[in-house]
Amino acid sequence: MTLLPEKTGRKLGLVIDLDVCVGCHACVVNCKEWNTGGYGAPLADSDAWGDNPSGAWLNRIHTFEITPEDAPAQIVHFPKSCLHCEQAPCVTVCPTGASYKRADDGIVLVEEDKCIGCGLCAWACPYGAREMDPAENVMKKCTLCVDRIYNENLPEVDRTPACVRTCPANARHFGDFADPDSNVSRMTAERGGFDLMPEMETQPVNKYLPPRPKARPDAEGMLAPAIEPKANEGLLGWIDRALERLG
Amino acid sequence: MHPAISVIFFTVMSGAGLGAIFLLGLGWPMPSGPLAAFLICLLAGGLTVAGLMSSTFHLGHPERAWRALSQWRSSWLSREGVLSIVTMVLFGIYALVWMVTGERIAWLGFVISLLAAVTVFATAMIYGQLRTVPNWHTVWTPVCYLAFALASGMLLVAGIGAADVLLGIPVAFWAAAALLVAWVAKLVWWNRADRIGFSTTGSDTGTATGLGSLGKVRLLERPHSGENYLTREMVHRIGRKHARKLRIIALFLGLAFPLTLAFVAMGAGQPAILFLIAFVCMMAGLFAERWLFFAEARHAVSLYY
Repeated sequence: MTLLPEKTGRKLGLVIDLDVCVGCHACVVNCKEWNTGGYGAPLADSDAWGDNPSGAWLNRIHTFEITPEDAPAQIVHFPKSCLHCEQAPCVTVCPTGASYKRADDGIVLVEEDKCIGCGLCAWACPYGAREMDPAENVMKKCTLCVDRIYNENLPEVDRTPACVRTCPANARHFGDFADPDSNVSRMTAERGGFDLMPEMETQPVNKYLPPRPKARPDAEGMLAPAIEPKANEGLLGWIDRALERLG
Repeated sequence: MHPAISVIFFTVMSGAGLGAIFLLGLGWPMPSGPLAAFLICLLAGGLTVAGLMSSTFHLGHPERAWRALSQWRSSWLSREGVLSIVTMVLFGIYALVWMVTGERIAWLGFVISLLAAVTVFATAMIYGQLRTVPNWHTVWTPVCYLAFALASGMLLVAGIGAADVLLGIPVAFWAAAALLVAWVAKLVWWNRADRIGFSTTGSDTGTATGLGSLGKVRLLERPHSGENYLTREMVHRIGRKHARKLRIIALFLGLAFPLTLAFVAMGAGQPAILFLIAFVCMMAGLFAERWLFFAEARHAVSLYY
C-alpha cells in the first residue's frame, strides 16, 4: 500500500554526528555484511574482483571540503543512508505497493517479492538512498536493520542497526524521534540537528549534527597563553640574554 | 538521467498511437469497409501496444508487471498502466463493432478519446511529478507530451484517413498547426530547462549536505572509486555531449521536414504518402527529442557526486 500513513506511532531513525565521524567506512562495511545475510535477497556485487567492480550498498560515505570565506578549509566525512522520510516520495510513486512506510515505527521498507524493478522510487528520492540489486533486479534500501532491532535472539546491546553498533567513533545514534526525551531527540535539540535538502519537502526523520566550530589560527585560543614561548624570562631568558652578549 | 532506449521507444510510440486513437475516437473520417477498419485499428492500436510492451523491457522483473495496476491511488505509473489497459480494451470493442457493423459508435469514441488523452497525461506525469528532476517538474512536461502525441497522431491519421477538409479547413493545415503548437511548447520547455538548474528548489551541495552555512562545500572524495547504480542511472553525462546537435536534428526531422511536407501537400492535393513520410520523419525527430529529455535532465542526487 503506497499511500503514506497519516501519522506513525514511533519515528525510528538515526542521528549522524558529522563532528565525530572519522570517515573510516566501518559502518559501510558492516551494513553490507549484515544486509547481505539478513532481510531480503543478498546485497549483490557485480564483477567484484574484476576491473570494474560495482554493487549495491545501503550506506555510503562521501567526503566534502568546506571552505569558509575567512578561514582554512575543513574536511567533513558524510555518511548517507535512507532518511526514512515522513513524506517519502519513493513510497507514493511505487506502482506495485512493494514500497511502504510502516505505520507503527515509520520504517520505509521494500517488499522484494512485489518489486518489479522499475527504478522509479530511486528517481523520486533526492538523496540517492535506493540502489538496484545487480543480481536480483529488485530495489534495495536501508531497513534500519529491522531484523536486528526487534530480534530477541540477539543480546540487547546488539538490537540496534549494524552501522550504529559498529561505529568506533560513536558518530551514529539510533532512537525514536517521536519521543522528545529520547537520546536522539535530545541530541538533535542540543546540537542543532538539521535535515538534508528540506526544500524537497520530504521531512526526513534522520538528523545530522553539524561539525562543532573550529578554533581559528588567528584567533586567541583558550590555551594560547600557556603555549606561547616566553624567551624573555626565567632560564630561557637568561640563555637568550647570555647568547646575545656573546655578540 | 540515463536515457533507456525501451522507455524512449515506449513514450514516442504509445504517444503517437494514443494520439491517433484520440482522433479516431473523435470521428476523424476514414475509408469504409471492414478491411480498412481492421488495418487502421491495427496500426493505431499496434503502435500503442508496441510502446507499452517496450516499457516492460526496462523492468527488473517484467513477469510481475501486472502488480503495477494496484497502486493507482498514489502512483502515476500505476495510473498510466490502468488507463492504458482500459483505453485499449474499449478501443478493441470500438474496433470490433466498426469491423463487424461498419458503424463507429460516437459516444464510445468520445470516451476513448478522453481516456487516450488522460493516458498520455499520466505518462507525462510519471516524469512531471518528480521534484528531484527540475527539468521535468513543470506543467510544460505534460503539455509537450500531449501536443507531441496529437501532432504525430494527426500526421498518421491524415495519411491513412479519408478527409481532405475538416471544419472547412484543409487537413494539411490542421497538421501544420498541430506541429507548430507542439514545437512551440517544446521550445518553451527547452528554454526553461536551459535556465532552471536547481533554482526551483534552491538546492545545491550546501543544502544537500546541510553544511552550506559553514562555507563553500565541494566534494573531495566519492564513496567508492568506481561507478555505482546512482551514478549510472542519475548522474549520466554522456548523452549531453551532443545536445546542441541533437536538438537541431530533432527540430529538423520533427518540425522543419514534416512542416514543409504539410505545406507541399496543401498545394499538391494532399496525397496520403506525403503525410506518411512526414509521420515517419517526425517519429525519428521525436526519438532525438526524447533522448535529450532524459539525457539532459539533472537529478538532485548529482549534488552529492
